[in-house]
Order: sequence, then structure tokens, then C-alpha cells
Amino acid sequence: MSSLHLCLLISSALFCIGLTGALARSNTILVLLGIELMLNAANINFIAFWRFGPSPAPASGVIFVLFSIAVAAAEAAVGLALIIAVYRHQKSVRLQDATCLKG
Amino acid sequence: MTLTAQHLWLIPALPLLVAAVGAFSRHRGIALAAIFAMAGSFVLSCLALAGALQNPAAHAVFNFAWFDLGTGALRLGFLLDPLTALMCVMVTFVGTLIFTFSLGYMKEDKNFSRFFCFLSFFAAAMLGLLIANSLLLLFICWELVGLASYLLIGFWFHKPSAAAAAKKAFLTTRIGDLGLLLGLLWLSEAGGSLLFFDNGQGVLETATLAALSGQTLACCGLALSTAIGLLIFCGAVGKSGQFPLHVWLPDAMEGPTPVSALIHAATMVAAGVFLVARVYPLMSADAVLAAVPVHALTVVAFIGAITALMGALIACAQNDIKRVLAFSTVSQLGYMMLALGVGSWTAAIFHLLTHAFFKALLFLGAGSVIHAAHHEQDIRQLGGLRTRLKITFATFAVGMMALSGVPFLFSGFWSKEGILHAAHGWHVSHLPLYAALAAVVLTAFYMSRLVAETFFGKPRSHAADHAHENSAVMTVPLVVLAVCAVLLGFLGTPAYPWLQATLAGEAVHADFGHLLEGGGLMFLSIGLVGSGLGLGWRLYGKKLRQTAEAHDPLSTAAPSVMAALANRLGFDELYAATVGHLNDLLASLADKLDRYVIGGLVNFIGLVGLFSGSVNRQFDEDNLNGGFDAASDGIRGTGRVYSKTQTGEAHGYLRVIAVAFIVLVLVLSLSMGGAR
Repeated sequence: MSSLHLCLLISSALFCIGLTGALARSNTILVLLGIELMLNAANINFIAFWRFGPSPAPASGVIFVLFSIAVAAAEAAVGLALIIAVYRHQKSVRLQDATCLKG
Repeated sequence: MTLTAQHLWLIPALPLLVAAVGAFSRHRGIALAAIFAMAGSFVLSCLALAGALQNPAAHAVFNFAWFDLGTGALRLGFLLDPLTALMCVMVTFVGTLIFTFSLGYMKEDKNFSRFFCFLSFFAAAMLGLLIANSLLLLFICWELVGLASYLLIGFWFHKPSAAAAAKKAFLTTRIGDLGLLLGLLWLSEAGGSLLFFDNGQGVLETATLAALSGQTLACCGLALSTAIGLLIFCGAVGKSGQFPLHVWLPDAMEGPTPVSALIHAATMVAAGVFLVARVYPLMSADAVLAAVPVHALTVVAFIGAITALMGALIACAQNDIKRVLAFSTVSQLGYMMLALGVGSWTAAIFHLLTHAFFKALLFLGAGSVIHAAHHEQDIRQLGGLRTRLKITFATFAVGMMALSGVPFLFSGFWSKEGILHAAHGWHVSHLPLYAALAAVVLTAFYMSRLVAETFFGKPRSHAADHAHENSAVMTVPLVVLAVCAVLLGFLGTPAYPWLQATLAGEAVHADFGHLLEGGGLMFLSIGLVGSGLGLGWRLYGKKLRQTAEAHDPLSTAAPSVMAALANRLGFDELYAATVGHLNDLLASLADKLDRYVIGGLVNFIGLVGLFSGSVNRQFDEDNLNGGFDAASDGIRGTGRVYSKTQTGEAHGYLRVIAVAFIVLVLVLSLSMGGAR
């Protein structure tokens, strides 16, 4: 098994862990954590394909991932702010309780 | 057998491993594993020291690329020289003893294993900081010890005061760290590297230093190296509790006492001193220039002198046993900065090492008192513990005499004498020397007050009356530290300055003629120590406090001064009124801007929309309605059906996305397989 396969296996394992977390947890913060894990799995894919790909252009993979991490940080900040706002509103961070957007 | 720079990473790896295991397990055996890991790191550090001593003048480095960026690479490295090795030995040795003490101190805590996990994590980060050969690696570990400190100050986070203290420590040190980060970026830009030593290319080597001190800034005439040095010093000010960022350190005493001993007395707060000593060539690169407005080290010396005096003054008026020791730590760290500033970084590191031992001893002694007296920390409520806690009293007295600088036998005397001697020889100003001498009297005074109030007289509360000596797991570390607090001084006496010479990479000569080289200054400081102890004994020892409510003799004599000191000279209020107030003001300004300017604009656009809408509506109702009504009824029906799927439950949506994703993957892989 090549290094690329190993990296992809790790990232898919990480993705599945994140997906399970996002689906199975009822605490919104933990769901957000799960989503972050999935995002990081994607980042590992970026790096893996860049590093083991046919012709690694200098730095492009790393730069891509650095941007992706920066965006993820901003996203986490917005997500946490939303969670705090929801918590202030209904004194709970259970995702099942936040259903007031029902159609 | 020695340890080379290439394998230095093993030292922090052991505690890091325990911390990683401890993160997943709540087994009480983590504590023993942590102690053994620290002991293992201690052995490795001793091997590293043996390696460093073979050639003290050399800087053995091992550099490696962390990751490639464009054509260059970001490089980190490990550095082995006597400074690193001695600090590692000190941290692991004191760490092992404090871990052992914690076995007894934290025995009843329900988060026992978590405590040792955090402690190990701290130790790993601290050791990583010490072995770094790159300012970047040092900065990473620097932030990690800050995180560990935050976690451990807030270990009892259910107490609001502990949670607030943790936040305060984190945010206050962050201010200094911002300076360090800016200095780091600037250094990397101007010096082209962040490695300390790199075969002539490192930032602490002659070529880069000459380039850095050769440029001056157009705006203020400072040498470039001065500006970068001062920014790096900002980090040290925050971490080492120097004026004006000292406010977090006394509050950090909300953490468990072993944490105060390890992190907020012996090791982490000394990291600032270590940092300045590490980048000392950079800090002193401007010394050859005469025409600059200020030298970096001059600032360091004055900040240190102010801190030393202020900490000692405030310590005289505190009533919490740990707060007295905390302000004493602030004051002693000021001494170390002062020594760095006046040009004797070896004296600073000598004092750092001796201080680590006797201050850890004093804190563990305080912990022993607190544990025995059922978490009573107010010295007015204690008293009479001399006969009840015999071992604690004896060892605490050794620590107190080492801190006060009782002559000849105790380590604190020799290291403090070295600093005073260096301050005396400083050609810029003698003000720091006078501040340091005043702090000598005050140190002896507040320590004799602390001992008299805590251990002498009769117990003034039920808890103190029923105190019993703690088990051996807590007293043995005290005894070992007390022995070290005496013996360590003989590594650096003027007659045989082994430690200073080794640090500087020079050969050492024994010459007993130099034993009293301090001359008049030494006898002056002995006299000052004597008068401080005598004054303390006269005020607090002869007329012992009878009840917990009785007035302090100094408060009766000068109530306003003592009230100001007890209130820590009002720094917390000052910062709340200035920085805190400014923050509130900016927030309310942003709120107003949001509410009125931006909100007003939005409302105006809304009004325009409303107006055009009403025109539209008029047109619609009169001309277009009929056909659309029918169509919209149809759409509404469909919408009602579709809205059933909008459950508002985020999990439902997530599930649909996941299933759709899996189906997509299946379809894609099947069709790709078919194509192939």
C-alpha cells in the first residue's frame, strides 16, 4: 500500500469519525466539532494529493490548506457565536431543541 | 553515556506521552506514570548535562525542516548548551518532587488523574521551550505552557474566582505575547531566520547580529536589534509577571498549591528570564553603539528594579500565605531581570536556579500548612503551627532564610550577592542597585512576618488548632528541597563560580581570596538582611498576635499606606478604569454605530422598498390579480407538501446530506468502474 493510500485511509477514517459525531451527537458544540473533523479530513486529502501527486508544484497544496484552515477558523467563530446566541435564546445547546425554523 | 542534541526531544517526549494517555484515561495510576516519566526525563537531562559539560563553550544544534514553503523551508531545531541542560535538570528535578507532593495534596480530589495529565502536559511544553533552537519552536511551547497554566489555574473552575483568575492570567500574558510575536515576525523578516544557532547563519551569531545592530530605525533612532529585543522582552514581561503586567501572577494562586509551586514560582514564570538570557546576544548587540537613545538592556534593568521593589513592598501587606509568596516571586523575578539588564545573565540564571528550589520549597511548605489546616490560607487565622507541623516548620524556615539571603550557608545569599555585585558594577545608573538593596530589607521583613504569624504564638482558629503533620509523601519532597536550597549555593560562590563559568563557557578557577569580593557591599547587604529580620521579629515576633481580629502593628502606624499596599497599589482598579473602560467605550461606540448609522441606512432602504412596494401593490390589485391568484394557489399547495420536509431539525438535514453523499459516491464509483 502506497503512502498516498495510507493518507487517504486516515483522512477517510477521520471523515467518518467526524460524520458520525455530527450525526449522532445532540450537543451543538460537538456537532460543530464533527464538522471541523470532516473539514480537516479534506485538508489531509489536499496535502496528500499535493505531496504524492504527479508533479507537486511548490507550496500550492500547503497554501491551499493554510487558507482552508483560516476559513475554518472564521467558520468556527461564527458557529460558536451562533451557538451562544441560540443558547441565550432557549437556554439549551441541544440541536434537537433548535427547531423554530420548521416549515 | 551522554545525550546529543539530536535526541534531546526524548526529554519532553516522556511527559507528553503520559499526558496523551492521561487525556483518555481516568485511572489513578496516571499519577505514578507521570512521576516516573518525570524521573526518566530527569535522568535524560542529566545525560544531556554530561554531554554539554564536555565542551561548555559549544552550542550543539540539530536543525531540521518543518515544512517546505516555496523555495525555502521553515526550520526548527534543538539546542544543547549548559544553559539548556541546567534548566532541564532543574525543571525535571523540581518537577519530580512536586509531582510526588501532589500525590498527597490532591489525594481527595475527584479529578486526580486529570490534574496529573495537565501537569505532565505542562512539563512537556516547558521542556520543549528549553530545548528549542528556534524562536518559533520556543514561541509554540511558550503558548503551550500558557495554555497549561490557564488549565491549571482554573483547575477548580467551579469556583468563580479561579475561573476569573485563569482568564485574567491568559489574557494578561497574551498582551506580552503579542509583542513577542511581532518581534518574532520582525526578526524573521530582518534576520532571515529564526534559528538561534545555524553554522553562522543563526540570529544569535555574529553576522546577523552585526547586520541587525548596524541598521537604525528612521522614526526614533533606535537600533533595529534594540527594537526587536524590546518586543521580545514584552513577552518576558508578560510571562514573568514584570511591572506593568504583573497583575495576573498573584491571582494565579487560585490554582492548587503544587501548581503555584511548579508553574507560578519555579519554572514557567522563570521562562521570561530564560528567554532574555537565551537571546542575550541579541539584547546586548546594541551595547557597542553609543549614539542610540536607549539600550534594550537598560529598559530591562529598570523594569526589573521597579518590579523587585514593588513586589517586595506589596508582599509586606498581604495576609494570604500564598499571596505573600506570590508577590515575593514577582519581586525575585524582578531581581533576575535586573541582573540581566545590568549585563550579568549568568548571575540571573544562578538566581533563577536557586530561587526555583527555595521558592518551590516555600510553596510546598505553604501547601503542607494549607492541607494540614483544612484549606485555611489566612495567616491571621493560623499560628502556633511550629509544634504541630515540625518538619514543615523546619523546612519552611530553611526556605525563608534562603529567600531572605541569610549569609554564607544559604543559596539565596550567594545568588543575590551576585546580582547586587553586578548592579554595583553597572556604569549607567545606580538607581537599580538602591531599589535592590531596599528590596533586600523588605524581603527579610515580610518573610519573618510570615513565619512569625504562621508558625509562632498560639493557634487562632479551630483549623490551626487541629492541624497534624502530613504523610511522608508530602514531607520528603520538602526535606529534599530544603537540602538543595542550602547546597545549591555552593555551585556559584565567588570563590569557585562553577555555575557562572560553565554557563559562559569559560574555564573555572578556585580562588578563596575572591570569597568576599563583594567587600563593603556584601557587608552592607548582610546588615540590611539583619535589620529586616530584626525589624520583622520586633514587630511580629516579640508581641505575638493574640486573636485573628487583632490589628496589624504596621496598619495601626500607617493605615493609609498599608491599605494601599494591601490593595496592591490599586493596579487592578487602574486597569479596570483605563483598559477595561476603554474597551467598554469602544464596544458601546460600535453598538451605537451599528444601531443608528448602519441601522438607519438599512431602515431607509427598507422605507424606499416599502414605498415602491405599495405602488406595485396598487398596480397588482387593480390589474394583475385574478390570473395570479389561481397560479399561486397551485404553488401554495405544492409548497405545503414540500414544507413537510422542512422539519427544522438540523440532524435530519445532516442525515439527508450524508445519505445523498454516500449514494453519490456509490453511483460515481459504479459508473467509473463501468467505464474502466
